[in-house]
Amino acid sequence: MHKSFRFYLQLGFTLLVCAFLIVPIVLSMLAGITDNFFIGLSSGFTGRWIAQVWDTYQVTIWRSIAIALACLVVTTIAGVPLAYMLARHNGGNSRLARAIEELLMMPVAVPGLATALALIMAYGQYREFRGSLLFILVGHVLFTLPFMVRPVLAVMQSSQLSVLEEAAASLGAGLMQRFFGIVIPNVFSGILAGALMVVTLSIGEFNITWMLHTPLTMTLPVGLADSYASMRLEVGSAYTLIFFVMIIPLLIAMQWVTHTTRSRVRL
Amino acid sequence: MQLPRRRMPARHQVYLLFAVPGVTLFLAFWLLPMLRLLEVGASGPTGIAAYFAVMTNHHYLMSLLSTMLLSAVVTLATLMISSFVALFLQRNRFAGKSVLLAMLTFPLAFPGVVVGFMVIMLAGRQGLIGLVTNWLLGDSWVFAYSLGGLFLGYLYFSIPRVILTVMAAAEKLDPALEEAARSLGANPLQVFANVVLPALSPALISSGAICFATSVGAFGTAFTLATNIDVLPMAIYNEFTSYANFAMAAALSIVLGAMTWLVLALARSWSGNTVGAAA
Repeated sequence: MHKSFRFYLQLGFTLLVCAFLIVPIVLSMLAGITDNFFIGLSSGFTGRWIAQVWDTYQVTIWRSIAIALACLVVTTIAGVPLAYMLARHNGGNSRLARAIEELLMMPVAVPGLATALALIMAYGQYREFRGSLLFILVGHVLFTLPFMVRPVLAVMQSSQLSVLEEAAASLGAGLMQRFFGIVIPNVFSGILAGALMVVTLSIGEFNITWMLHTPLTMTLPVGLADSYASMRLEVGSAYTLIFFVMIIPLLIAMQWVTHTTRSRVRL
Repeated sequence: MQLPRRRMPARHQVYLLFAVPGVTLFLAFWLLPMLRLLEVGASGPTGIAAYFAVMTNHHYLMSLLSTMLLSAVVTLATLMISSFVALFLQRNRFAGKSVLLAMLTFPLAFPGVVVGFMVIMLAGRQGLIGLVTNWLLGDSWVFAYSLGGLFLGYLYFSIPRVILTVMAAAEKLDPALEEAARSLGANPLQVFANVVLPALSPALISSGAICFATSVGAFGTAFTLATNIDVLPMAIYNEFTSYANFAMAAALSIVLGAMTWLVLALARSWSGNTVGAAA
């Protein structure tokens, strides 16, 4: 089919927007392996900036992974049952459930800075807690909880699940039997979608973490800000490169999962 | 008939137990701390008047106004760019479209610090724009560390959010309506203004509100580009860390949070849409 001039004009604009988003990513990845970015690519490629980041900031990377996994565990344990209540209380038509859903979104809607300050003012005097990774974990859980609850709730609200549950109940299955035997296995795609989102957001969380962190509880994005401020451009770039290597597989997996979940929920 | 009716509410109370862990977490670590923040905000030398400081103090008022203005301009620019791209992607099939869409939505999960760094790569001292303008005009443009850089950064994280929402809305657009308008003699601009735009407006209002709210509260980007741009989150951060003025930092945070919440609530009542669910 012959494409019109207008098509190419629009395509050109779309490609321009795409370049605006992607070119800086490519640039920073290149800068991270260039010997001297000020001179340019002609100065040759090197792995020493990555090695330097690995030496200086390795611990922040492991810490971020640990927090993200802990966050995933907490949001799953708290979020999946919560989604179940939101889906089933008063037959899924409960004002209380809607109010809870609404409140849960508050830490996402309200700036992270406010949430972080509130946590510090309320719990800052408990030195042990304030200085531990738990303090940061709390911030991350607040921020990511709705992202676990929403996809799980969406799958639970699909008609298929309530039919299955009814069938199980008519056969004499109790509430707990239904929850663990029917609900959890059937909402697995929702849990997976939520899990990927929670891990991705937790690894990248900065607004809350920057206020909550202490020198001993620095996470990856906090380390990034630190390296941008105090290191050479190449070091910051190498660190960003490591961040991308961690986050891009998660993003690709997320796009794949939302695609498959969507087609399942429609069913 | 009596028995099941009385048992119904009792059976549904059981479901409340499932909410206990999540709701407890939320109450203990968000609602309670927020109430404490509210209290701290009123504990300064000016008492409850601290909450009106954004109106009475020239410095805070200026940072509030620049935050609002910048966020409004970013929101408008994002809505225009994203609707254009989203409509194009929704209506055309071509090779590599899904790759293009994936690339356009990648930055969705980037933290503000990384977005700030991306702006430095584009418009910083050794950035691409400086390089190109130096080569073309003999004068390198460096604006990453000013309001212009912040604009670019906010645009960077806003575009992917809006594109997805508008595409979802455009999917539900009925092509027959446009067909009808065209057959009645409307030109493309008239079709867009009278058919497409009204159909998209709930999505535009809700995603625009989210874009505005995120920009108002964005701290990481401003922090990375930093220095002399005076937006409200930076003002709060400076009150807290540089001047240890906890009461004022608390009061300003509450004002910032209330503003964001208000924008989202207003957008929801206008669009009749679940803005909260899309944030």
